[in-house]
Amino acid sequence: MCQVEEDYQPKLQRPEEHSVSRKCVKCKEELAAVLIRAGDPYCRSCFRDYFTHKFRAMLGKTRLIFPGEKVLLAISGGPSSSAMLSQVQQGLSQSAQKKLRFLPAIVHIDEGGALGLSLVERQRLVSELQVIFRASGFNFYTIPLEQVLDLPSSVVNVAPPSFDQAPDSYKAAVDVDLQGAGRDPQQGGGVPEPRLDESQTRSLQQLLGSAATLTARAELLSTLRQHLLVHTARTRGYSKLLLGESCSRLAVRLLTCVSLGRGAHLAQDTGFSDCRFGDVTLVRPMREFSAKEIAVYNHMFGVPTVIIPTLDTKMPEKASIQRLSQSFVSRLQQDFPSTVSTIYRTSEKLQTAGGGCSAQDGRCLLCVCSVDTAAGKASALQARLISEQLCCQEPAGTVQVGPTPPAGQCCSATDGECGRPAGGAGCCSSHFRAPEKKELQKLLCYSCQLILRDMSSVAHLPQYIVAEAERRKRRSLMKDEISEFLLEEEGSS
Amino acid sequence: MAAPVSVHLEFGGGAELLFDGVKEHHVTLPSQPEPWGMRQLLVWIQRNLLKERPELFVQGDSVRPGILVLINDADWELMGELDYQLQDQDNVVFISTLHGG
Repeated sequence: MCQVEEDYQPKLQRPEEHSVSRKCVKCKEELAAVLIRAGDPYCRSCFRDYFTHKFRAMLGKTRLIFPGEKVLLAISGGPSSSAMLSQVQQGLSQSAQKKLRFLPAIVHIDEGGALGLSLVERQRLVSELQVIFRASGFNFYTIPLEQVLDLPSSVVNVAPPSFDQAPDSYKAAVDVDLQGAGRDPQQGGGVPEPRLDESQTRSLQQLLGSAATLTARAELLSTLRQHLLVHTARTRGYSKLLLGESCSRLAVRLLTCVSLGRGAHLAQDTGFSDCRFGDVTLVRPMREFSAKEIAVYNHMFGVPTVIIPTLDTKMPEKASIQRLSQSFVSRLQQDFPSTVSTIYRTSEKLQTAGGGCSAQDGRCLLCVCSVDTAAGKASALQARLISEQLCCQEPAGTVQVGPTPPAGQCCSATDGECGRPAGGAGCCSSHFRAPEKKELQKLLCYSCQLILRDMSSVAHLPQYIVAEAERRKRRSLMKDEISEFLLEEEGSS
Repeated sequence: MAAPVSVHLEFGGGAELLFDGVKEHHVTLPSQPEPWGMRQLLVWIQRNLLKERPELFVQGDSVRPGILVLINDADWELMGELDYQLQDQDNVVFISTLHGG
């Protein structure tokens, strides 16, 4: 029974089983070299087999990547993505039966501009990476993050998938591939990178600098990176994007997402496949590998990595929510080794409600997940909005005064979508008007609204986001105008 | 008196950023009355090699959670962790698993 002075300490101590020589649990012959999953010692060769098998099984079990499909590997140079690259290389060169059957290429986003690295430093890091990429024999693209400022606004829209991805067709596709003749080997080589423009780097730094907190800055950076990756995949005909996030990283990501208000999108942010963009599916094949397994594998089998500093390198623990979550999880993992796998198993059970990958309307402008702010009157979100309004003491229904449009037909400069006479209410002459924060907020999901709130000014947002925001605003105004003429959806009358 | 012990240290996974970017260090630990164990090695590293932000490498008696230690290419948990006694020509690797990608 519980007593006042009962000592619970002994139960929490880790079992002290440090014997100097332990045999591998798999082959029972060799001396163990690494402890996996807090208690299973594996020898070197069994560990390599375990690692390789897990990677192939992950891809094979989910049957997501079809034979002959063009797949883009997003390699940052860090341990997880380098391990992924090494596994893909090995998998493609195996004997026919268990061979990986897709066509990979590599993309690397050079974020040095956002971090304030000098041009010389950036070039050095990129050329180190290019040596690794060239050795793999795949095509590779190294793209500076500054390119994100030139993206078209179609990148934040969902596009329909390009070919049939039904599960039954997977088996048929494999059979066809097995019978077919060997595919031509890829040329393997780099696409020459575009030249870096100083002013673009400055704009990028201004954009990131306008986010007041490190949390918002990190989220914004990862959103921009995602847009650039998806755009690269789309324009070059890749239907899958492989990301190298490990189990530990995804566990931290899960907690971070909940803290950031992205709970509704957890399934897409941490799941194996993420189809929010429609035609490009984000896949996370390293999902089941813990950071320790990856680090040991890289060290033992000489996988080359290039460590590039990120926004929160050497930052103190409380600098951002991401950092804090990471430190929380890794500390907990020390004493309770099943922490990461428990969080991971929880994330496996999450699914998007209501076929989230198909809805076209109501997508967030930044993260392209569904906008989840349509909560009812009695919700916590509504209460927060009301208290915010009271704090700001703005009279309701303030009229926005925009610049007077030029005389004549409105929208002559744009694609003529508006079609209203000049000067009409709600006219869209705003091609040159800076976006208002309030208008943008309506187009964003809850967590992206929080990012926007942390930004001191939205004047630095890239053109494609501003243009898309305008377009959506025009469409919703148009929809309101013609709503009474629209036919009702089936089943509602 | 323990004889001087020479060990080969390696830092990877981002941990080298705390050591001026130098990944490999070949060090000779001076002779001292007590034999060299991992505890003493960590103190020695903190005093002599660590250039900045000690709290990102060492926490209390041991390494910060998230830093993986391999002694002669084997997990240090299999070797006794902090209680392991260093031998001459040992190879100790510290890999940070937090700076992943």
